[in-house]
Amino acid sequence: MTAAIKQPGWIRGALGAILGAAFGFALVVAIRKASGLPAYQTEQTGYPQVVVPLITGPLGFLLGFGAFDYWLRWAVGMPTIPEDHSQHGAKSWKDYFRFNTDHKVIGIQYVCTTFFFFFIGGLLAMLIRAELAQPGTQIVDAATFNSLFSTHAAIMIFLFVIPVFAGLANYVLPLMIGAPDMAFPRLNALSFWMLPLAGLLFIGSFLAPGGAFDAGWTGYAPLSTGAPLGQSFFNLGVQFAGASSIATALNFLVTIITMRAPGMTFWRMPLLVWANLSTSLLVVAATPFIAGVQFMVLFDRALHTNFFQFAGGGDVVSYQHIFWFYSHPAVYIMMLPGFGIISEVISTHARKPIFGYRLMALALIGIVVLSYSVWAHHMFVAGMFSWLRVPMMITTLLIAVPTGIKIFSWLGTLYFGKIHTYSTAMLFALAFIVTFTIGGISGVMLGMVPIDIHVSDTYFIVAHIHFVLFGGSVFTIFAGVYHWFPKMTGRMYDEKLGRVHFWGTLFGTWVTFIPMHWIGMDGMPRRVADYASQFGNWNLLISCGAFILGAVQLVFLYNMIVSWRFGPKASGNPWRANSIEWQVSSPPPIFNFDEIPRVVGGPYEFGVPGARHAIMAGESVETPAPAQATTVGSAQ
Amino acid sequence: MIGRLPIAKMLAVVVVMTAAMSAVMLSINWDGQEASTAAPKIDQLLDVMIVLSSFVFSLVIVMLFYALWKFKAKPGDESDGEPIHGNTKLEIAWTVIPTIIVLFGAGYSWSVLHDIEKPDKHHLTVDVFSQQYAWSFGYPGKDNVYSQGELHVPVDEQIQFKMHAQDVIHSFWVPEWRIKKDNVPGITTTAIVTPDKLGTYELICTELCGFGHASMRAKVVVETPAKFEEWVGGLKEKVPAPLAESITQDTESNPAPLNAGGA
Repeated sequence: MTAAIKQPGWIRGALGAILGAAFGFALVVAIRKASGLPAYQTEQTGYPQVVVPLITGPLGFLLGFGAFDYWLRWAVGMPTIPEDHSQHGAKSWKDYFRFNTDHKVIGIQYVCTTFFFFFIGGLLAMLIRAELAQPGTQIVDAATFNSLFSTHAAIMIFLFVIPVFAGLANYVLPLMIGAPDMAFPRLNALSFWMLPLAGLLFIGSFLAPGGAFDAGWTGYAPLSTGAPLGQSFFNLGVQFAGASSIATALNFLVTIITMRAPGMTFWRMPLLVWANLSTSLLVVAATPFIAGVQFMVLFDRALHTNFFQFAGGGDVVSYQHIFWFYSHPAVYIMMLPGFGIISEVISTHARKPIFGYRLMALALIGIVVLSYSVWAHHMFVAGMFSWLRVPMMITTLLIAVPTGIKIFSWLGTLYFGKIHTYSTAMLFALAFIVTFTIGGISGVMLGMVPIDIHVSDTYFIVAHIHFVLFGGSVFTIFAGVYHWFPKMTGRMYDEKLGRVHFWGTLFGTWVTFIPMHWIGMDGMPRRVADYASQFGNWNLLISCGAFILGAVQLVFLYNMIVSWRFGPKASGNPWRANSIEWQVSSPPPIFNFDEIPRVVGGPYEFGVPGARHAIMAGESVETPAPAQATTVGSAQ
Repeated sequence: MIGRLPIAKMLAVVVVMTAAMSAVMLSINWDGQEASTAAPKIDQLLDVMIVLSSFVFSLVIVMLFYALWKFKAKPGDESDGEPIHGNTKLEIAWTVIPTIIVLFGAGYSWSVLHDIEKPDKHHLTVDVFSQQYAWSFGYPGKDNVYSQGELHVPVDEQIQFKMHAQDVIHSFWVPEWRIKKDNVPGITTTAIVTPDKLGTYELICTELCGFGHASMRAKVVVETPAKFEEWVGGLKEKVPAPLAESITQDTESNPAPLNAGGA
């Protein structure tokens, strides 16, 4: 037992969490006693005796779990082993439940954890649609309904879409650029372990008096500053998810900039790497804004500051400015990595170089720059200074240009190629082009102030964001998961089940989200538990679509689990792709490469006689000859 | 490269598809009844966007399905496609043409916005008070009479709504007018509407404001000036003191749109 307490791990982690929470609790009570205040404060928003342990408990867990062991030892001068690889790699499934510094283990930890939250968020969506299937309130009351859609969105955004991309890139990106790991493996592990803590806080808020947070994922003040205790769980959960995402972005930036294999110039990086470079630039600069604004709300709630309390001189609209200054770039944080995935999948399965590679990379950078100047298009009716609307409208519409470039370039990539559609990944990639185009079109409409004035805060918005985030981001996530499943697990998934999942998802997406445009324009506001009976039939159809969409995800789950366990063994390069991660075994060796590969050309040189992307160590022996005859050293 | 594609035929299909989609979609009245002078202008902008969007969507669909039909690999074909890396002229075209289209859209939207928010010297001011979960209205030009849950306005006269929220943010939306504006605690926001159809409508709260959000509605009656005067004359209550106070406390940081500093 004493040994278990000394070793980093779950027992010490649990102990750390309990001690941390107890310390936070005692601290609050002691300070309040010393100040002559009653020990507990159970005013609607305050609860410092709960809020402070919610910070110190998770930190205590991380400390106990071993996230800080190496750094603390180094800081106090205890002996450390700089090349300590004892926490690297997974020999059994148990190693996936440990503090592990291997980017491949962390990638799988990320993807599995985030999909766990995807299914939780999905269940919440099913409850929402069950309630909305008919006018009137049947299943949940209006207050619970507000909690349901708030937690649904918060979980899907902060615990699924944003981190699942970090997980996929974690696995794939170091392999792609020929690096043995991420630049900061321990920081990488810490980033991952902050994520389930955020999830526990979001879900745990259902246990708080007054119910889970219910001011929407946007948490607009002053609704959020006056909301029951559950809102503080949201404020703090965002801190953990945000810190995780910022640390990962820093890690990606340093890894991409400093750890590329010899010969991997910027113009030879696969577009997935470009996409994660762009995303990371957004995360490091924008995410601190949401962290800050959620702290301001927490301070307003617990410390009686007046950031957003109009009665105390605060400014209500400024919450939205700070919030959207993060949350609009966040839309691209949730989309750009997906763009990268689509480029990889389409180029590989069309057997064609990416059309206009450099413009594709520049379009990503263009989106990064523009995305910082469009946030107020969420606020056209919010009562901000009215002159600000026109410049924000122009930048918003202009951001359609780089996005359009990407769509047309993917289409251009297909031409004169040899398109293979046997892979579910390719099906999702092709369908993504269509569904995302619809999301883009409704986005342009929403960017136009007069149209936005009418449809803002209606179901048209719900339709738009689901076409962009589900038909867009989630389709790219599925494409990515199917594409790299053989690499990550060493097994092939079942394409037949993949097709069932694909067609079901495509059908469900359209039936669910297309009619939402119509009822929104016709007068149905969003975020309502009850609605006028004229929208009853459409809502019933939408709910049916949503249930199909939900049910068909179980096929995906089954396919992934069973294939991971029993699927046929995958070869190193089942899709005959060029990028480096496919030139190693599936799954890759524990330190990725015996010898760092040498990059000698672009990543998409399909059909170019003699062209090579990278030369692997001892290659002439190991790698099966690619379709076109190539000889080592003949590359340009 | 492009010369090898049946560009004329593909464009013809795009045009036919655009025309068909537009014809179907324009025949549907998406936004519902039009009951203000702003409504037809906004709906016309939407119609123009529907045609442009149909074109973009058709272009993507035709490009995608032609490629899938023409360049699908035969079973067992393991060869690669042609090593085409791009086409500078084409890339410039699909950067410049969309830029022109969206800038046209921006200019058109701006002019519509300017049009629908143009303040009229002759107008009726109505104070809108919102609180969880009820609407009430004051008529400052009519001796400050006060109405709860029911808004009456005369037809064919510009109304300037001055909005005041008492607790959290609410949003004022009458779908038939196409006009929406948030009511923000601490500031006065303004919306301009000229109702041009008699009738009874519903005022809907569109900003999440708590558990009663879905039921925060009010009745809106657009009537002839004579009937309106009669109704106003019948109101006995004055705007209560706390609400009147909120008007003077609010900072007017959102003056009549676009005439104060910008365009």
